[in-house]
Amino acid sequence: MKWYFSDNAPIYAQLVQQIKVGIVTGGFPPGERLPSVRDLATEAGVNPNTMQRAFAELERDGLVYSQRTAGRFVTEDRAMIEQTKKGLAECHIRQFLESMDQLGFRREEVIALLRQESGKEELGNGGSGM
Amino acid sequence: MAVLECKHLTKQYGHVTALENLNFSIEPGHIVGLLGPNGSGKTTLIKLANGLLTPTSGELLVCGAAPGRETRAAVSYLPERTSIPLWMTTTQLLDFYQDFYADFRRDAAEEMLQHLNIRPKQRVKQMSKGTREKVQLIMVMSRAAKLYLLDEPIGGVDPATRDYILSTIIGNYDPEAAVVISTHLISDVEKVLDEVLFINQGRLVLQSSVDQIREEQGVSVDELFREVFKC
Repeated sequence: MKWYFSDNAPIYAQLVQQIKVGIVTGGFPPGERLPSVRDLATEAGVNPNTMQRAFAELERDGLVYSQRTAGRFVTEDRAMIEQTKKGLAECHIRQFLESMDQLGFRREEVIALLRQESGKEELGNGGSGM
Repeated sequence: MAVLECKHLTKQYGHVTALENLNFSIEPGHIVGLLGPNGSGKTTLIKLANGLLTPTSGELLVCGAAPGRETRAAVSYLPERTSIPLWMTTTQLLDFYQDFYADFRRDAAEEMLQHLNIRPKQRVKQMSKGTREKVQLIMVMSRAAKLYLLDEPIGGVDPATRDYILSTIIGNYDPEAAVVISTHLISDVEKVLDEVLFINQGRLVLQSSVDQIREEQGVSVDELFREVFKC
């Protein structure tokens, strides 16, 4: 897994976000055991206490649960994973709309532009199939 | 108990005050960045903690005791300049550390050296600057110490080596131990730190956790440093 960090948000929050992405995209499949705090911290190049804090937050959300001796596991509740996926999408959309607001687009214009762009993509895909 | 504690710590060199009335403590399990501009007192503080210097007034305690024979056994120190003997081979260096330090984990050191493809018969003299720094850090981190004092551990090395050094630090410290890293390269170490100490002209300006700074100020430690120490 590749880890990215920006400068303006707490590191633990960015870890939570990226592990969530890992869970919804199947990088960490439902019911699967997660790597240990130290291994994942070493991989991401972050402080183990920060990784611990991220795990604690994911546990509070219910996406991850720990079994005293066996370690930490991804939830098997697929509805919750689906819900998380939707939540992440909404978050991206809000950020996108904010940027479009800043550029001065009205909602109808944004939607029209989206249609136009995704139409181009479909054409592009059709083209490549030939 | 705090691994490192300073109470009204002051150090003067003749008329020059290097550190003035420092008060702070570092808890076990924490990786702490000691950050400040050139000449702010970082190296003086590290030298006081390992007993190479003595305070002018106030006190500094390592695991509750003033620096001395017992604390030296608990402190693993990486000096600013590479100080491993040039004529030694890697194997001789391992023997040397094993003789000197009862807490030296030779198997851990050998594993890391092997991982870096450093041959047992290779002499320190034949190694590049970056490799020497890596080898010395491996020796320092292979001790099961209570306090690691790393003075500019990533100063002269390339970014890939920096990553290796930082992951060596994360992978090797004991949750009961504390690590103090002094550096200017804040953006490189920021993610690895629990908290930071900003010192300027011998005074403690700020002690805070990295995520607290990001949460409350909305900027990275690197940016905050640039603001606080703007020339």
